[in-house]
Amino acid sequence: MATSKVEGSSSLRHAFGGVLSVFILLLIGVVAFSIRLFSVIKYESVIHEFDPYFNYRVTQFLSKNGIYDFWNWFDDRTWYPLGRVIGGTVYPGLTLTAGTMWKLANSLNIPLSVETVCVFTAPIFSAFAAWATYLLTKEVKGTGAGITAAAILAMVPSYISRSVAGSYDNEAVAIFALIFTFYLYIKTLNTGSLFYATLNSLAYFYMVCSWGGYTFIINLIPMHVLLCIVTGRYSSRLYIAYAPLVVLGTLLAALVPVVGFNAVMTSEHFGSFLVFIIIHVVALVYYIKGILTPRLFKVATTLVLTVGIAVCAVVVAILVALVASSPTKGWSGRSLSLLDPTYASKYIPIIASVSEHQPPTWPSYFMDINVLAFLVPAGIVACFLPLSDASSFAVLYLVTSVYFSGVMVRLMLVLAPAACIMSGIALSEAFGVLTRSMKFHITKYFECSHTEAPAKLGESTSTESSAPLENMTKSDTTEKPEVARKEKVARRKQKKEKELTENAHVKPVSAKKEKRPLVLPLEASIVSVFLLIVLGGLYVLHCVWAAAEAYSAPSIVLTSHSHDGLHVFDDFREAYAWLRHNTEVDDKVASWWDYGYQTTAMANRTVIVDNNTWNNTHIATVGTAMSSPEKAAWEIFNSLDVKYVLVVFGGLVGYPSDDINKFLWMVRIGGGVFPHIKEADYLKDGQYRVDAQATHTMLNCLMYKLSYYRFVETDGKGFDRVRRYEIGKKHFKLTHFEEVFTTHHWMVRIYKLKPQKNRIRGKSRKSKLGSKSTSSKSGGMTHKNPWN
Amino acid sequence: MAKGTNDAKLLIQSLRKAYAATPTSLKIIDLYVVYAVATALIQVAYMAMVGSFPFNSFLSGVLSCVGTAVLAVCLRIQVNKDNKEFKDLPPERAFADFVLCNLVLHLVIMNFLG
Repeated sequence: MATSKVEGSSSLRHAFGGVLSVFILLLIGVVAFSIRLFSVIKYESVIHEFDPYFNYRVTQFLSKNGIYDFWNWFDDRTWYPLGRVIGGTVYPGLTLTAGTMWKLANSLNIPLSVETVCVFTAPIFSAFAAWATYLLTKEVKGTGAGITAAAILAMVPSYISRSVAGSYDNEAVAIFALIFTFYLYIKTLNTGSLFYATLNSLAYFYMVCSWGGYTFIINLIPMHVLLCIVTGRYSSRLYIAYAPLVVLGTLLAALVPVVGFNAVMTSEHFGSFLVFIIIHVVALVYYIKGILTPRLFKVATTLVLTVGIAVCAVVVAILVALVASSPTKGWSGRSLSLLDPTYASKYIPIIASVSEHQPPTWPSYFMDINVLAFLVPAGIVACFLPLSDASSFAVLYLVTSVYFSGVMVRLMLVLAPAACIMSGIALSEAFGVLTRSMKFHITKYFECSHTEAPAKLGESTSTESSAPLENMTKSDTTEKPEVARKEKVARRKQKKEKELTENAHVKPVSAKKEKRPLVLPLEASIVSVFLLIVLGGLYVLHCVWAAAEAYSAPSIVLTSHSHDGLHVFDDFREAYAWLRHNTEVDDKVASWWDYGYQTTAMANRTVIVDNNTWNNTHIATVGTAMSSPEKAAWEIFNSLDVKYVLVVFGGLVGYPSDDINKFLWMVRIGGGVFPHIKEADYLKDGQYRVDAQATHTMLNCLMYKLSYYRFVETDGKGFDRVRRYEIGKKHFKLTHFEEVFTTHHWMVRIYKLKPQKNRIRGKSRKSKLGSKSTSSKSGGMTHKNPWN
Repeated sequence: MAKGTNDAKLLIQSLRKAYAATPTSLKIIDLYVVYAVATALIQVAYMAMVGSFPFNSFLSGVLSCVGTAVLAVCLRIQVNKDNKEFKDLPPERAFADFVLCNLVLHLVIMNFLG
């Protein structure tokens, strides 16, 4: 009867715990959603940055025209005159998810616009990601660790930075897919059920649809399988977890048009095939070991090894020859730059120029994962006691993601879930030990205070078989309750000494008696719990601050606080709206590739290059045009049918990310394809400057002229607030371009190409004939200098 | 050398004897696996002769054979009574999982076949 009562109370406690954890998870989801809403509150519900505008435009197209048209869409309003096959070059996961949510909401008669759905996709999926982290960590360590890890992930600033409301980019759904795929893999590994293996493959399919980072999964899981085999943890559950995933996963990955046959032909996938073969060999070995006697097994191994090594050498030689003979079918440029961080700066300047692809600085680790940076090592230690397949996977995931985050700051996002899992495990283990110590001491205290005499007897009988020294310490501790009533200071000191000796002797006692839990002193536990809670509070404070101040800027609207209040700079949208309302629908706009997506989405005009950067030569053409004198630039733009040129200029208001600051990249990229553009021509003594000491080429290039045309009229001296000096050439006229629009703060300036003159007089006729032939040549993009 | 061949013969004999002791149901699954792998090899040989033009068809054909072989091996692992890890998994559940996974596999194959 007593046992059933105990059972009843424990099952009641379990039920209460279950309800409480569901409630906590719900709250975690609400927190994850709400902490990402700062930009909507501070600015408005608008799409941020550059890439999300492209995704938004694609989602608009999908919602308007349906999935078949989206799948076969050829976009002719970008990369003029080449166009872009959207269906085959975009990762469809994000757009299809948002499109489905929009369709679902509208079919339930909830009238949400496509923009609203796009803006709020990321916060919703971050709540899902927090729940997926709970599931994953529960498989690794237990429910307590799961809830802690979920709470930490809901708020980690690194993840917030890429998933605020309005940041409608691939990572918004991809991180959820990543964690969910890992959870299903670990679940299959723990249970050995083929059902979860199927679900794992489907989740991997969703990940492939969503992000190019899926190669991380298809390389991490084989690495983990190899690790398990090498450390002797092979089991049939491992086979069930891995082999169906490879076959089904490869097929599903090949279904996505972006990946296509790359799923079987690029080096990024070869690792999974290699480990597929290895795991079959290992499975066969274990099977034969099971049915043979040990002596015969030894014979078999020697026989197989002698034959096998010869075959292996041949196969490896063939493979190496294959991969070496076709360098492009090996690793892609992006993957190579991950493995060799200096690769991009040497060979592909476009990849090197993106600020997200630079290595992170040390402070960015503390900014992005804060407290987790030193909880992670504790988590690694906790994973090793005891080591299981799932915890070895968590450690491997963490180590690889730390390496990759060190190469590229953008990949700190992949580190965030690993760090949260580790910290969740560490915190939960710490709390477990501390609360267990507190409970132990408090129950002992109450037991002793209620039943003093028998307790003393019980204590002394339990320590009968220990050494006399221990006896003395034990009897000292039984005197604790009496001493407790007396001075606190004396008690604390005495207890600390006794506890230290008791701890030192606890191990031999536990070896002899029943398993005694490792406990810490009561005051130490209370103070530690309090400090851990304070740590958690500081973490929450930092996350909320980071979300509110650092990561909520939509970057399409800028604000600044000055002595007379808040200034709002809405110049970008002003310029795109002007383009939309004052130009023809078929007019082409040329600008640097940063602004391509925004121009097509908001201004609805055809652009020459955009953020996809798939054609380096086309970008180099635009870069060359920006670096050339007016006439040559006009020729290049005219050959591309360009009507308007757009430049971003921050000199009047001090906006530092303007085109003059990016100009050297234009020169480098242009110079990479057209050798007559030399970077040294634009630098004076190795220094990049636009003041009176600047070189002649710099002061006459199109970018300088379009940025600083009439700039001297603003303050009479032409003081550039970003570069912090007066500009070199102040008074000049434009011969081949005319200014048509400059925004309120001079941040975006739009120029129109002047049409060719009808009548040409005198010597300019000869040069016109010459320039006609050279313009056709420059249209054919030769490498000769067209104006020499 | 004679000892080597003697050992090899002994090895093959004991392998054959041990394999004959496996239950019939497992032998049927093994036969299915052999059939699937043989079909895959035939397809690869055909591709080597004729060329790989509709590459997606070739891939889906070969991967469907390999996939169903792998799934059959998983079924064998789960149904094998000597396997202590899956002692309390009812064989019906194992077979149902096998059917479900095959369904998903063949759905994808049908889509990719072209």
